Amino acid sequence: MAKVLMKGNEAIGEAAVLAGCRYYFGYPITPQSELPAYLAKRLPEVDGVFVQAESEVAAINMVYGAGSAGARVMTSSSSPGISLKQEGISYIAGAEVPCLIVNVMRGGPGLGNIAPAQSDYWQSTRGGGHGDYRTIVLAPNSVQEMADMTITGFDLSDRFRNPVLLLSDGVLGQMMEPVNLPEPNDYDINSKKWALGYRGNDKNERNLCSSIFLDNDELEEHNWHLYQKYQVITDLFSKGEYKDFAVEEHLCDDAEIILVGYGIISRILKTVVEKCRKRGIKAGLIRPKVLWPFPTAVFERLAKTASQFLVVEMSCGQMVEDVKLSVDGKKPVFFFGRTGGTVPSDFEILNEVDKLVRPD
Amino acid sequence: MTMKKVFSRPASLSKTPFHYCPGCDHGVIHRLVAEAIDELEVGDRTIGVAPVGCSVFAYDYFNFDFNQAAHGRAPAVATGIKRTRPDSIVFTYQGDGDLAAIGTAEIIHAANRGEKMTVIFVNNAIYGMTGGQMAPTTLIGMKTQTSPYGRDAATAGNPIKMSEMIATLESPVYVTRVTINSVANLMKAKKAIYNAFKLQKEGKGFSFVEVVAICPTNWGKKPADSHKWLTENMLPVFPLGTFKDTFGVEKSA
Ligand SMILES: Cc1ncc(C[n+]2csc(CCOP(=O)(O)OP(=O)(O)O)c2C)c(N)n1
Ligand code: SF4
Ligand SMILES: [Mg+2]
Repeated sequence: MAKVLMKGNEAIGEAAVLAGCRYYFGYPITPQSELPAYLAKRLPEVDGVFVQAESEVAAINMVYGAGSAGARVMTSSSSPGISLKQEGISYIAGAEVPCLIVNVMRGGPGLGNIAPAQSDYWQSTRGGGHGDYRTIVLAPNSVQEMADMTITGFDLSDRFRNPVLLLSDGVLGQMMEPVNLPEPNDYDINSKKWALGYRGNDKNERNLCSSIFLDNDELEEHNWHLYQKYQVITDLFSKGEYKDFAVEEHLCDDAEIILVGYGIISRILKTVVEKCRKRGIKAGLIRPKVLWPFPTAVFERLAKTASQFLVVEMSCGQMVEDVKLSVDGKKPVFFFGRTGGTVPSDFEILNEVDKLVRPD
Repeated sequence: MTMKKVFSRPASLSKTPFHYCPGCDHGVIHRLVAEAIDELEVGDRTIGVAPVGCSVFAYDYFNFDFNQAAHGRAPAVATGIKRTRPDSIVFTYQGDGDLAAIGTAEIIHAANRGEKMTVIFVNNAIYGMTGGQMAPTTLIGMKTQTSPYGRDAATAGNPIKMSEMIATLESPVYVTRVTINSVANLMKAKKAIYNAFKLQKEGKGFSFVEVVAICPTNWGKKPADSHKWLTENMLPVFPLGTFKDTFGVEKSA
């Protein structure tokens, strides 16, 4: 297909349709509004269903229903709305129902503001809702990746019967870039034998989507089953098929200082690395593209050669904790962050690098 | 209806014995749902949504597909299911804490969207599963674990009448309140539940059946005394009757 110029939020919408998603449930919130607006127009063209729910709580539970009935289904929101969805996400994870959840992050806590932020990293990667569960978290940094990761997200969620979170921010959502869209996928709603309402000769006597296991032993067994699944996913991203997908490395081999950032920040960091190199500073970049499972192995390897790490986020420091865990005390890990909607400039970050490499 | 049908287990009901307290109405109401589904011959395409409450395990008692929803969210889950599989017969089965407290938004908006589903609402004026706390439907003066001096309207408000509220909306096509305190009323309840599913089968719209029910355990009464108490105290507050019947299903049947 030819390249088209699209906003990040719209690219997610079109990619979802191309991935065979025909069901969207959501509640209005800035800065993700272009996505539901796009799908409200687009889904009826492909006999799909768009429902504006009465709340994010209802929307995520509609997703739970549609996902358990075998649909490729999605919802989207921004930070305060994602907080409301956590109950549903916990049920969906417990019942092992696939779905895609998009968070176009804005500033918090509370109502915060509508400017871009990265302060939902903990909520996204630590479960967010109650119970021992994980969501796969993908972090695009371009409009192209918004589209690509939407499609990968649906594939991963179906394959592992697990919710997938696409974590983006207000900048990426509103940004316009050319994007290459893939060929459409004819998703068959009757492809999941476990789904409610599945019609096939091999149908089970009865299908059930549930997260209740009242008996202690049964719940323990279920939790270890989920844990095993999360281990399989972790292996796939750290050494298997998704190894290269999980992380981007840029000029790290000889780097003395490694900058670390995801999403929109990673693009600024790339400029910083280039500027550093021009000034004779051996800088490199690690960009986690998948935030859970976190690409720990890259940090373990590069902690041997680099002398320090600088993590940059649009938060007061959340992902930095995972970097520290991965570096495991072998090298110092520093942090620079801006919040409230200010995207740090390359100049500011360069200044931080200077302070670290040329202490005086 | 043949004699045989009255005494045999409906095909839609599983062989699992009910876990409900002796005399509890939940089991009888399950049976009425199963009979309606059998009579309409839609057992092979029915999907239930179980609530959080004493009937959380409702799925164990039926022979068709089920989703177990979060507390109060069953109508939203059912919306997702019905929109995905419009040829299925989708119903929620919810208590008064589930539907009239934590899930008020979900039920009102599913009803208002006119989702083509059926809701069976079991109003026993109490939170049964958690051990007898005050519900939005608890009567004035009624003592519960969390209204030990009796429900006081001045601070706890008055019993919420869900059927009346839902009947104010344009979209629902059938809203009725029944009870099972006598054989005659049981037959009426059976008919109402049948009507509600029939309307869904015909693709007509949102149907809602409130069943005023007992909770002998948390009311601290014997089952027979409970039905007497229900008749004398609950029915004046929750009058039986049909509040909305857009297609005249009761007359046509
Ligand atoms: C979010 C949440 N809050 C509270 C509970 C605890 N809880 C379980 S059942 C229930 C009340 C159920 O009462 P009702 O809906 O009237 O059903 P009944 O047991 O009377 O049939 C409550 C509050 C829960 N499971 N989840
Ligand atoms: S606690 Fe009440 S509602 Fe629950 S099973 Fe027992 S009698 Fe029925
Ligand atoms: Mg109750």
